[in-house]
Amino acid sequence: MTDRMIVSATINGEPLEFLADQRDSLLEALRERIGLTGTKEGCNDGNCGACSVLMDGRLVNSCLVMAAEVEGADVTTVEGLATEDGLIPLQQAFLEEAALQCGICTPGFLVASKALLDANPNPTEYEARYWLAGNLCRCTGYDKIIRAVLKAAEA
Amino acid sequence: MQALKVVRPTTIAEAIEQLNEGGDGARPLAGGTDVIVIARARVRDIDVLVDVKQIPELTAIEWDPDSGLTIGAATPCYELYGNADVVQNYPAIIDSATLIGGTGIQGRASFGGNLCNSSPSGDTIPTQIVLEGVANIAGPNGERSVPVEDFCTGPGRNVLGQGEFVVSISFPAPDASGGARFLRFIPRNEMDIAVCNAASAVKLDGDTVRWARVSIGAVAPTPLLVQGAADALVGKPLTDETIEAAAEASKDAATPIDDMRGSIKQRKHLSAVLTRRTLQQAARRARGEDIPSVGGH
Repeated sequence: MTDRMIVSATINGEPLEFLADQRDSLLEALRERIGLTGTKEGCNDGNCGACSVLMDGRLVNSCLVMAAEVEGADVTTVEGLATEDGLIPLQQAFLEEAALQCGICTPGFLVASKALLDANPNPTEYEARYWLAGNLCRCTGYDKIIRAVLKAAEA
Repeated sequence: MQALKVVRPTTIAEAIEQLNEGGDGARPLAGGTDVIVIARARVRDIDVLVDVKQIPELTAIEWDPDSGLTIGAATPCYELYGNADVVQNYPAIIDSATLIGGTGIQGRASFGGNLCNSSPSGDTIPTQIVLEGVANIAGPNGERSVPVEDFCTGPGRNVLGQGEFVVSISFPAPDASGGARFLRFIPRNEMDIAVCNAASAVKLDGDTVRWARVSIGAVAPTPLLVQGAADALVGKPLTDETIEAAAEASKDAATPIDDMRGSIKQRKHLSAVLTRRTLQQAARRARGEDIPSVGGH
């Protein structure tokens, strides 16, 4: 029997209270308690970046955050990137450059790339590759991903 | 199902009480990049994570040109390379902060967590040692301070007793004639555990070394302060010969193991190579040259 708790946080701009287990990671809470399955589980130990989200504007691996830690925090997942006007330029660039193959790394890459462009609107290719080094693409579609990020930066 | 609780104290006293009560099953939670994996995979029998980040002292960065720098033990790497005072005055801290994991890990991982994890290959520890870092510890018996080179006692082991945790790490003010550098060797460009790492710090009077510290990691049960390397340099001109003598001292001090990441021979060799390179680059920084860390930060 594990302890349940109520967590209050802002998820994708909306205040939300959710019930979670004390042992839940933020990744598990997002997917299994809140139903936001856009954030993917890859390695579940901080190696692959598939579960990347923004927490208080900072890029983190949600598998390495306890759900209890997001009390009062502001979390943005891939579902929170698009606006009322539709896809943001980064998402549009991923589509136009075909920057995905199987797609499981894509939400993590989108969120990590959003964090990059927020911090550095005009990255060099080196800076983009370095920033995204914590996101793994098993299909090895890195060149297309980098092209999409640099295209979005120009947009 | 494993019971794993998270508690979130807001004061040092509260955290001490919760850690003390929890005994061996309680661990401080800073960035969580190691302890969350260990606790959830049941590598260690951990049932309470004491999240110390609600305690103001644990995430504060205090800089004073006279007294130096104090960083809260749970301050993430991201905050360090985002802090202009740290960037300007302690570039070796930025060397380490930008090398650990990817950007998402740097958003959480902390110098205090890296120190308390006490891995022989911890990539912040040689830097903390050469910058004369002191770990400020709180516990049931009061506060105490331990120089970072005396903190780790073996792989995953350190001087912390029951109920104790690291509140902050303090570094003296840098010297205008000083410079420091950290480097790591891994078989690819980024994102790996060190085969060997090293940091050097020097203070120069013209061409003469007035003061020096050299530390090497991943080549012994704990990161090492290499006294022999400093002895080879202090009071002498910084030349290829004296740097080589310091590099040889590091090679002699290293007592590495063979494992999947590297052989004894390679690690001994790397101890000398990284000592030489960090000394050369620390000296260039001491002379005012801007040597960037790595990457896009």
